[in-house]
Amino acid sequence: MTTPISGPHYHGQRSVRGIMAQVMLALVPATVFALWQFGWPALFLFLLTLLSAVVTEALSLHLAGKAKCAFLLDGSGLLTAWLLALSLPPWAPWWIGVVGGAFAIVLGKQVFGGIGQNLFNPAMLARVALLISFPVEMTRWAAPQPFTATGAPGFVDSLKITFSGGTNLDSLTGATVLGHSKTELTRGIGLDVSLSDIYTPLDYLFGLSGGSFGETSALLLLLGGLYLLVRRIITWQIPVAMLATVALLAGIMHLVDPLRYADPLLHLLAGGLMLGAFFIATDPVTSPSGGLGQLVFGMGCGVLVYVIRTWGGFPEGLAFAVLIMNAATPLIDHYLRPRVYGRSRRGTPLTYTAEQLGREKE
Amino acid sequence: MKLFRFRGGIHPPSRKELSAGSAIETMPLPERLYIPMQQHIGTPAEPAVKIGQHVLKGQLLARASGALSAPIHAPTSGWIRAVTDFTAPHPSGLPILTVVLEPDGKDEWDEFPLPKDPFEMPPELIAERVAAAGIVGMGGATFPTAVKLGGATNKHIHTLLINGGECEPYLTCDDRLMRERAFEVIDGVLLILHGIRWGRAIIAIEDNKHEALEAMRATAKGYGQLEVVAVPTLYPMGSEKQLIKTVTGLEVPAGGLAAQVGVLVQNVATAYAVHEAIRYGRPLVRRIVTVSGGAVRDRRNLEVPIGTLVDDLLRHCGHDGEPERLLMGGPMMGTVLPHAMVPIVKGSNGVLALSKPELPEGSASPCIRCGSCVRVCPVGLMPLELMKRAQNNDLDGAQDYGLSDCLSCGTCAYVCPAHLPLTHYFNYAKGELAARAQQKRKNDYTRQLVQARQARLEREAQAKAAAAAKRKAERAAKKAQEAEA
Amino acid sequence: MLAAVLSLTVLGLALGWLLGLAARRFRVDVDPRVAQVEALMPGSQCGQCGFPGCSPAALAVVNGEAPLTLCPPGGKALVEALGNTLGISVDTSAMNDGDPQLARVDETICIGCIKCLRTCPTDAIVGAPKQIHVVMERACTGCGACIEICPTGALALMEEEPTLRTWRWAKPQLVAA
Ligand code: SF4
Ligand code: SF4
Ligand code: SF4
Ligand code: SF4
Repeated sequence: MTTPISGPHYHGQRSVRGIMAQVMLALVPATVFALWQFGWPALFLFLLTLLSAVVTEALSLHLAGKAKCAFLLDGSGLLTAWLLALSLPPWAPWWIGVVGGAFAIVLGKQVFGGIGQNLFNPAMLARVALLISFPVEMTRWAAPQPFTATGAPGFVDSLKITFSGGTNLDSLTGATVLGHSKTELTRGIGLDVSLSDIYTPLDYLFGLSGGSFGETSALLLLLGGLYLLVRRIITWQIPVAMLATVALLAGIMHLVDPLRYADPLLHLLAGGLMLGAFFIATDPVTSPSGGLGQLVFGMGCGVLVYVIRTWGGFPEGLAFAVLIMNAATPLIDHYLRPRVYGRSRRGTPLTYTAEQLGREKE
Repeated sequence: MKLFRFRGGIHPPSRKELSAGSAIETMPLPERLYIPMQQHIGTPAEPAVKIGQHVLKGQLLARASGALSAPIHAPTSGWIRAVTDFTAPHPSGLPILTVVLEPDGKDEWDEFPLPKDPFEMPPELIAERVAAAGIVGMGGATFPTAVKLGGATNKHIHTLLINGGECEPYLTCDDRLMRERAFEVIDGVLLILHGIRWGRAIIAIEDNKHEALEAMRATAKGYGQLEVVAVPTLYPMGSEKQLIKTVTGLEVPAGGLAAQVGVLVQNVATAYAVHEAIRYGRPLVRRIVTVSGGAVRDRRNLEVPIGTLVDDLLRHCGHDGEPERLLMGGPMMGTVLPHAMVPIVKGSNGVLALSKPELPEGSASPCIRCGSCVRVCPVGLMPLELMKRAQNNDLDGAQDYGLSDCLSCGTCAYVCPAHLPLTHYFNYAKGELAARAQQKRKNDYTRQLVQARQARLEREAQAKAAAAAKRKAERAAKKAQEAEA
Repeated sequence: MLAAVLSLTVLGLALGWLLGLAARRFRVDVDPRVAQVEALMPGSQCGQCGFPGCSPAALAVVNGEAPLTLCPPGGKALVEALGNTLGISVDTSAMNDGDPQLARVDETICIGCIKCLRTCPTDAIVGAPKQIHVVMERACTGCGACIEICPTGALALMEEEPTLRTWRWAKPQLVAA
């Protein structure tokens, strides 16, 4: 007789592949919009990153002797690459995407033992690695050049931009608001001046500004995030805690000195915060699995993002913040477990006084 | 009434519509009945019949043995054909001592003295009669009801909670029972109340059973101490601890009993059995079973004599081809059966013959730590962490993560997108824990035996030495005497 | 650039510190605990392991001089218990799956010579001269001492038959690794 199977003999409709597909679906609006904004070079970069990740994943699975189909089809590698692509400068040269995608898969995921085993968010690990290795390429932000815009590069020009470093790129690049204001601050110029020529909240909301590929349209990312919340792919704890913490800190500091510290709205809309809060920090593998732990995790990310943005060496701190909190995840999960039925928070069996029970009698 | 929310829980498709529409029918007597000598938690009952003997319906077949046990009675009149090992309705397919009864077709009840007014009886007598009738928890837990009642009389019980949750998908036997025999069920509830010296009784029914709610409400009207409550449809509402929390807001302390928070929980089918036993003196010899599943042609709710083979039920209802999986109980917590040649017992609330499309598909992949299992666990455990420890045979670690608090309710495995057999891991780990305890007991016993033996050997050696010394002394004395002489 | 280097250094230190903390917090204690191991052993001092008794055997196990699988009476359960105590993972799948074994007397062969009764370290065999002897399952550790001494070959070790009481769920077998 074969060994009997224990219950439940019933299963909900969820699958890993389904979850990954839903997340990608939620990313589609922001991605399509970003592709529109940044034109052909962005599309090339996007596809290259994805391709690189899939090929590398197939290769490492082959080397590890694991079943390729099952794991390739779960879509987690694709999602990682997608998130990484969205955090790259849209006109970065081709090898940024290729190296990044491969790095994310091999060093971010497979060396840990594959899906579910990695300690750090692979996309953010790759982004940080790229940022450190290629600081110039990684901070050359293109200003939006929609396909229809007059100055937009054509197909052939775009190929040149992506594959040969392009011609006079500098004329096309703009600065991000976070980077710009930071540079200006060091020159003694207050936010009132430095922001006036570059920052309009509405542009940031709709994504009409320069910046990483998919980080720009806060509104579309927010919509995608809400979709994930509604479908219960992610929980509210991490995004809410993270956004609220950033807003709170920014609010306090803005009240202290509005010339030095930008207002909360700017912090919420700029950089990769929306993407990070809904899509990156919520990566299931590297974030805590309990609700309370997720709150703490989100708050931690929020604090770190704000601190790095405001006082750190980089204009954007999302990747670092998430990675640091990833490292804290095992500890958080160990100490912040849910309360068990019939036990106190400390784990001892509950006791009721006669009065508590008596009151129940009514 | 104010209700409370237990944590987690899921809304699996109920699939009750498959059988909810069919009224309770009586299952015709099969050719043979196979009545296992243990259908309850505790010590097996001891057979009290001889082969060839003729018995009447309701006559004692096996006596309860020890404090935690229940007697077993003949489900119909007929001849005892064998007392032998027969496959138990258990996933292992291992045998259990079983009485084989061949019905004589008359289905003739034994005579029972009828009590005049049970409410005039002293309350202790209720528990006594319930014990004699062999009633056990019929929701599936099969804990001897009289033991619970007996315990309740000396504790401070303020609420009798009648469990009409029936949260398992497919199952509709309790639903039909409440719809069709509300009066009998309510009478049973009142009798139990009398047995525990009154208090209030709350009858909790999931709010997807409108007809049952209506019938029970209508019948309970006029009894001030009864309240019929619609509880939200949420798996595992039918679990004792979760139901207590929902209705009273209290939580049974970990490792403790419901009585500790002043609650006694009984299933509706048990209340019905109590009614039968006290009003008519009839022991528990039949029960209502839902026969359902994709592989069954006519899904029904059948009143079945205990000991009827699952095979008889399936043939009675008809099935299309071989079912892919055969279950006793619901799909969440029910157990898989090795084959259909196993009998219905007191705790069998359902027989499910599932077809392939109804079963979970997809093989397990590594955990993606999505936390779904943590979110839905009604106990507040972290199933993913528990599983990691069970996988590595780290039983102490698993205990630290609450292995013994786990209900094996299957909620976590139901939602896991990686299709991990979480609950199977926990059942495995609990088994290992029990095995470890057993081994330890055996080792302790062995050590005792070894010490006893050593003591014995020493004693023997001493006795031998003493005897030798005595002989030596005697010889010396004799020599001395001879020398003197 | 300086800021970048600095913040990265700080980041690295912070990560390292957290990981170190986690590693220390979750480390499995590998302290040798002879007494604990001995408490797990069957204690029949039968010597099947090749040591004069259970406590020398325990010492050897803790010192790593003997494999965890040394004790036949203890079976798989003991190996796993030992592994857990010592923080060593052992593959028990290769072990005889039959779990602890029990001695049984073949009533048609036994001549009642009482040799086995005298030899059994746990007094698990009952009988009298010229009578058929019986092994009490509850007390037998399956050490096999009686098997060798029996002049007629009436004794044999047999797997303990699983019953509903001793049956346990097997560990699930995952197909995908
Ligand atoms: S539900 Fe499954 S995949 Fe998700 S955390 Fe739990 S065990 Fe892991
Ligand atoms: S089986 Fe155990 S761990 Fe899983 S949901 Fe139920 S109680 Fe929680
Ligand atoms: S084999 Fe086991 S029971 Fe026998 S002496 Fe060695 S450790 Fe003790
Ligand atoms: S040693 Fe063998 S023959 Fe002698 S009593 Fe024991 S079983 Fe019988």
